[in-house]
Amino acid sequence: MADRLVPVLVALGGFLGATSRYLVGTAVPGPRGTFVVNVLGSFVLALSIGVVRSSRLRFFLATGLLSSFTTYSTFAVETTSLGPTWGLANVGANYAFGFLAALLGLAAGRRFA
Amino acid sequence: MSVALGVALAALTDLDGVPLPVLVGFGGAVGALGRYAVDVALGGGRRSTFAVNVLGSAALGALVTSSPHATTLAVAGTGFCGAFTTFSSFAVNVVEAASKENWRLAAVDAAGTLASALLGVALGTVLVGV
Repeated sequence: MADRLVPVLVALGGFLGATSRYLVGTAVPGPRGTFVVNVLGSFVLALSIGVVRSSRLRFFLATGLLSSFTTYSTFAVETTSLGPTWGLANVGANYAFGFLAALLGLAAGRRFA
Repeated sequence: MSVALGVALAALTDLDGVPLPVLVGFGGAVGALGRYAVDVALGGGRRSTFAVNVLGSAALGALVTSSPHATTLAVAGTGFCGAFTTFSSFAVNVVEAASKENWRLAAVDAAGTLASALLGVALGTVLVGV
């Protein structure tokens, strides 16, 4: 069944997620801010998989807010501009802590299931 | 190519005066809808996430090279490209593959997305620079 509310929920979540990412970026500028949103967002998205049952809430929170809060494009552009050494460190940090956060979030979410 | 992009982006500079967080929000809403549209078109999952991340990285690479106006960067860059791409879904995809002990898929997704996105950034940069 097509749910006409889904695009509205995705857009609303996208608005809030992108604005929140911008606000984190003003507090923690540059690659460090991107690292913070990516790690935090990966944990909460992974957690939401086990916790959120409602399909509408999932579209708002996961597809909309959390996916927009985190970003791959900014991470990729920053990695390029950092040069080989710091670029590699940036990839290592985002990947290691992002994957760990997702792992912990999934594990924590399973406890609710 | 770069001229057409420049004209399209110049139209966005009429949004001067709107607070930056709001501009980023509107770009983010459209970016999230675009990502959702790709999900619907490609059936979701890691292929969709890969597609949005590579396309969005190329677009952001092109955008930042065009020395955009602050308003344009907020709407199209931080807002649209930022929200169209996603790190969290990517991380969950990789970890889910790894936790099913599908190490090859996890490694291919992690390394393949990185290589393709960085190539996308380089390609976007070159295309606008020409």
